[in-house]
Amino acid sequence: MKRREFLTIPASALGGTLLYTLAREPLRLQAQDGNVKVPLRFFTAADARVIGAASERIFPSDASGPGAKEAGVVIYIDRQLAGPYGADKYRYTKGPFVESFPEHGYQGKENPRETYRAGIEKLGANFPELAAEEQIQKLQSLEKTHFFRLLRAHTIEGMFADPMHGGNVDLIGWQLIGYPGPRMNYRNDVDQHFGSEFRLKPAGLEQIMKRKGNPWEDEKV
Amino acid sequence: MTNLKPVDVAIVGGGWTGLALAKELVTRTSVNVVALERGAPRSLADYAMDMDELDYNIRLRMMQNIAEETVTHRHSLAASAVPVRQYGSFHPGTGVGGAGEHWTGMCFRFLPSVFNLRTHLTEKHGAARLPADLAVRDWGVTYDQLEPHYWYAEQMMGVSGKAGNLRGKLIDGGNIFESPRMHEYPTPPLKNSYTSHLFEQAARNLGYHPYPTPAANLSENYTNPDGVSRVACAYCGYCSRFGCMIGAKAQPTNTLLPVLRKHKSFELRTGSWVRRIVHENGRAKGVQYTDANGQEFFQPADTVLLCSFTLNNVRLLYLSKIGTPYDPATGKGSLGRNLTHQVEGGIRIFFDKPLNAFMGAGSLGRRISDFDGDNGLTGENGLLRYGMLSFNGNGDLPIGAFGAIPPGTTKSNWGGEWKAAALKWHDRAAQLNLYGEHMSYRQHYMDLDPTYTDKFGDPLLRFTLDWTEHEHKQRDFAYDLAAKIAPEMGAKIDPTRPSRARYNVINYQSTHIQGGATMGVTPDVSVVNPYLQHWDVPNLFVVGASSFPQTASGNPTLTVMAMTYFAADAMINKYMKHPGRLS
Repeated sequence: MKRREFLTIPASALGGTLLYTLAREPLRLQAQDGNVKVPLRFFTAADARVIGAASERIFPSDASGPGAKEAGVVIYIDRQLAGPYGADKYRYTKGPFVESFPEHGYQGKENPRETYRAGIEKLGANFPELAAEEQIQKLQSLEKTHFFRLLRAHTIEGMFADPMHGGNVDLIGWQLIGYPGPRMNYRNDVDQHFGSEFRLKPAGLEQIMKRKGNPWEDEKV
Repeated sequence: MTNLKPVDVAIVGGGWTGLALAKELVTRTSVNVVALERGAPRSLADYAMDMDELDYNIRLRMMQNIAEETVTHRHSLAASAVPVRQYGSFHPGTGVGGAGEHWTGMCFRFLPSVFNLRTHLTEKHGAARLPADLAVRDWGVTYDQLEPHYWYAEQMMGVSGKAGNLRGKLIDGGNIFESPRMHEYPTPPLKNSYTSHLFEQAARNLGYHPYPTPAANLSENYTNPDGVSRVACAYCGYCSRFGCMIGAKAQPTNTLLPVLRKHKSFELRTGSWVRRIVHENGRAKGVQYTDANGQEFFQPADTVLLCSFTLNNVRLLYLSKIGTPYDPATGKGSLGRNLTHQVEGGIRIFFDKPLNAFMGAGSLGRRISDFDGDNGLTGENGLLRYGMLSFNGNGDLPIGAFGAIPPGTTKSNWGGEWKAAALKWHDRAAQLNLYGEHMSYRQHYMDLDPTYTDKFGDPLLRFTLDWTEHEHKQRDFAYDLAAKIAPEMGAKIDPTRPSRARYNVINYQSTHIQGGATMGVTPDVSVVNPYLQHWDVPNLFVVGASSFPQTASGNPTLTVMAMTYFAADAMINKYMKHPGRLS
């Protein structure tokens, strides 16, 4: 088994003060040095920095609001890749593998873990250190690849998925778009508020149900 | 292989049709019934923690495990097929309740002309004006025969809606183009959301006749004739692709299973994957299945009811070597022919104000049927049948809804400029949806794939399917209609006209794959008679949308149920008394 690696993030870079550890126990940040160490399930610390930087270019933190960095998108992606999705446990993976028309979708043999490993290599270990313009150019050169399509989709997922999946830290993605979370009941509101914003304070599934969630990535691969 | 104790009736599949037939049989006769479901048990409690877009709406956690079995697809006879490796254009369910757990709940009755489409089109246009490859047929059953069974199904589910044609009397606010109903809907329409309200107003202003989409999402607390009570929908927005956590959406587990649980003559055996229907000399002897531990069993039965999803119904007949495979080259044979999907398509529209679209219910919405069937169509330009246009307010979820921006707004679909635009347009985009009839064609069919296999090594089912000129015309018609309605709603329509792209297995279309084991009045072209009894094997019934010779505009579930109850009456009133061919 590989040595457990950690992603060290300055607490100030994260959206909120709550993070979720491997066991998804809320961990209040009290680090003396202002850093938080997040245990990684799949990535090495170096890989995580590359993907963290790339996701930040896709959904940047800027004048229009916080982005992938604050939402902890890389933590989300790490968990997805470690789980059944990353290993293609629920994809049809019998051969022969043949090239087909775009209408037939991704027909490759590579699972998401392998796609990311190869993608990280293409981005290069020094990707986090590149200037913003160089990072953008590098990503543009990969835009048509399966890896980039996954990275883009996963970045959006990590921004807006329920926080039990590791991203959307402190519901920062939902705050950004005014999504209230999986509220149980809009019987008194669905036919009201016509033409004006109805925005409740966001809450996550575990918070609403007062129970631990059962995210798919925790299933044994 | 372990031989089990014989039963009277073995049912393959624990979804809508299997459990509906089981309920009719155990409550109305003295037979014992075992239903074999390959998935896991399910109950309301399982759904409390499933309000999670990622796992259920995107990763599709409730669906059949595609790693174990999928289908292959090719566009034409000349091409070779490749497997559908990840779900896209349709979503087969698994587990108790099947796709009836994760469905959306739209409950349409089909138009009378759908049931005798060959006769109808020939009378209207003349045989010479119909496409040469058109394979539509008369079903052998009429709307009038099904009407009481539609009503029975609607009451079981508590369908919400408003009648537009009550015993021939047209009623404003309902669907005045619908087939005549004998009764008002069991429950009133769902509440209306903002966008749906705008659609309704706009359609009315333009002279169309908008009406509430009939919904198996309860608009009020309801107790059905079986004494099963369910609560009203809470408009939470987690509906299609989710099980309902409060039981407001009718699902087999919250309507039929509560009745079945009280009957000792019924057994539901989960984790039981039926591999073959065993038959000899034109009689089904029972079914062979593999359980979750890989153990093989033979379950003898006097009668076998094949009640799984369309794909599996057809595939099991092929694997069991029952019936004559269709050969598209000669046009001979019946098994596999008349494969259809449904012609759906979304047309995006943009508003300059927030829609609060996260609130909704699976079938909340309004639609128009002014051009359903061939209402208002002359057949000129080759458009023989159209369908409905709707707004569906099923509840926008944050990942799926993010990034809907007018085309051309930004150069890239990632980065700062894109992010700012996506945030600006968030909750300001909606979709109008086409529900089009999909006619059957000679070259569209299902057979076994020569290359790819399932987890047991059995061949996968192969689709040969593409869009034809007619479906492109339907989409064009829908776009032109939407282009009239959108401005009246205060919205701008996406200027991108429908593409004339080929069928793809990536973008979700609907889970309404139909045909392959079609019904008809003669055994040369159909697999089952109008009572869904197999022509060659009279103690085998093949139930579900696999029996539909072509699709209607509306989603098929309610008609599947009406056909199931029609067949149940024939089974119980005739077949059980005198086992033999019913027609």
